[in-house]
Amino acid sequence: MKMQGQAWRFGKDVDTDLIIPARYLNTSDPNELAKHCMEDADPQFVNKVKPGDIIVAEKNFGCGSSREHAPIAIKAAGVACVIAKSFARIFYRNSINIGLPIFESPEAAAAIAEGDTLEVDARAGIIKNLTKGEEYQAAPFPEFMQTLIAKGGLVNYVKEKVKNNA
Amino acid sequence: MGMTLAEKILAAHAGQDTVKPGELISAKVDAVLANDVTAPVAIQEFKKIGVEKVFDKDRVILVPDHFTPNKDIKSAEQSKVVREFAREQELTQYFEVGRMGIEHVLLPEQGLALPGDVIIGADSHTCTYGALGAFATGVGSTDLAAAMALGETWFKVPESMKFVYKGQLNKWVGGKDLILHTIGDIGVDGALYRAMEFTGETIRNLSLEGRLTMSNMAIEAGGKCGLIEADEKTLAYVAKRAKRPFTAHQSDADAKYLEIKEYDVSKIEPQVAFPHLPENTRGVSEAGHVTIDQVVIGSCTNGRIEDLRQAAEILQGKTVHPYVRVIIFPGSQEVYLQAIKEGLMDIFVNAQAAVSTPTCGPCLGGHMGILAAGERAVATTNRNFVGRMGHPESEVYLAGPAVAAASAIAGRIVSPEEVL
Repeated sequence: MKMQGQAWRFGKDVDTDLIIPARYLNTSDPNELAKHCMEDADPQFVNKVKPGDIIVAEKNFGCGSSREHAPIAIKAAGVACVIAKSFARIFYRNSINIGLPIFESPEAAAAIAEGDTLEVDARAGIIKNLTKGEEYQAAPFPEFMQTLIAKGGLVNYVKEKVKNNA
Repeated sequence: MGMTLAEKILAAHAGQDTVKPGELISAKVDAVLANDVTAPVAIQEFKKIGVEKVFDKDRVILVPDHFTPNKDIKSAEQSKVVREFAREQELTQYFEVGRMGIEHVLLPEQGLALPGDVIIGADSHTCTYGALGAFATGVGSTDLAAAMALGETWFKVPESMKFVYKGQLNKWVGGKDLILHTIGDIGVDGALYRAMEFTGETIRNLSLEGRLTMSNMAIEAGGKCGLIEADEKTLAYVAKRAKRPFTAHQSDADAKYLEIKEYDVSKIEPQVAFPHLPENTRGVSEAGHVTIDQVVIGSCTNGRIEDLRQAAEILQGKTVHPYVRVIIFPGSQEVYLQAIKEGLMDIFVNAQAAVSTPTCGPCLGGHMGILAAGERAVATTNRNFVGRMGHPESEVYLAGPAVAAASAIAGRIVSPEEVL
């Protein structure tokens, strides 16, 4: 799967309250959550972002709460994937589980500028910066994560497991 | 090669003799937990899996505590989803308003989190139960749904980091100050993907409440869990509460730690974490002149009886500053009742503080004490992120109950000595 979009840059330690403030968690409707994605970091983000665009951030993206509403809001806002220097643990797990592609690449996180056009080859983990003519490699997913991704998330994996055990 | 406490618990739940950091395992869970924010998504995902019933109706724990008592129609609908699921599945551990508490205060009290357990919760502060010697960690709703169906979950065995605390605590310094100081030292991702283990003579002398406060904030350093070996204090606490058998584990003497940090606690004064990250800590004597509008005492971090006693000790016979609003949240019905029996409520109300029923409320900017633009709060909660307690231009300063209560009287961040 290849994704192409424009980069939106964020800093380090972007917490889940910045991704989706808790004041909007009285619903779990993805479309409602999408309206407030990244609101406290950039109130205009949801108006500017186009379907297929890519979030690029520094270290520890998604720290804080375990709310799955965070990757849900990003996905529902039309963001194709997130590239960061590193991810907080629960956010990483949640993203894989719900099928939001994420890529850990210190190199890409350092080099990409806001507005750069990126092309991401999810399977190979190769991030091409079409604006700068550069290419970066993302860290490969552990084998089990690759299985989850291939099955389209954790629910599908468990469904199959339950069926086979029956 | 010996194993750490985290490794021993995981090995026991994976049915293996040993586990090694980095190894991927499938482990049985002793309990799973969700609240009114995370359970609705978990229930929706659970229903897609294709099983009729949860793995064990006594081990799926649901606590609507975030937007309860329901703050608006949307949150009432969320709670209704949780309540109906609990009834349909005949869950024995569903805690309704009036019978509940903030989840991480409630579970230890109810004997639902025990030494040697593996517990996952769709709430990041599930790591609190590490204080009882349990491997407890936060997950998202989909992971929780899978565990509700299977009674097991997958883990990557984390590397362990040991934190050794030595020496005598100074007056007004407690678990909150130790953990804030530690996060200030290692940073908000200083223990990312790792198991933190708190140990040393200071920890052995620390109350259960103080230990629960420390483990609660392991996630604020990125930790997967924050463990403390069960000792005689732990066993005395759980003996009268446990509803099932348990096995406490200890780290082996030759266990391998990625890093060992040592702290001489006699050099630590009460701590304050400045906006907007818990790692921005400094001693209260270096806080400078910071005026405040609100004080929040309570939460899953500091809503236990010892916390309220400490706040009451400072507020007794005093009144809060005319420009400050103080809101106190006992962590559970049990804490609430105990505070009444001890006369703490009289002290709070006479000091002109508002006292609420247990709820997560303002900690996450939910309800019951939201900040306006430009307002500042001192809170005994666990996060001071941008917009955490309300308007994105408001500010939260994290501290223990003593500094919070003292600041309420002074109208600015001060050390307890300044008001006594």
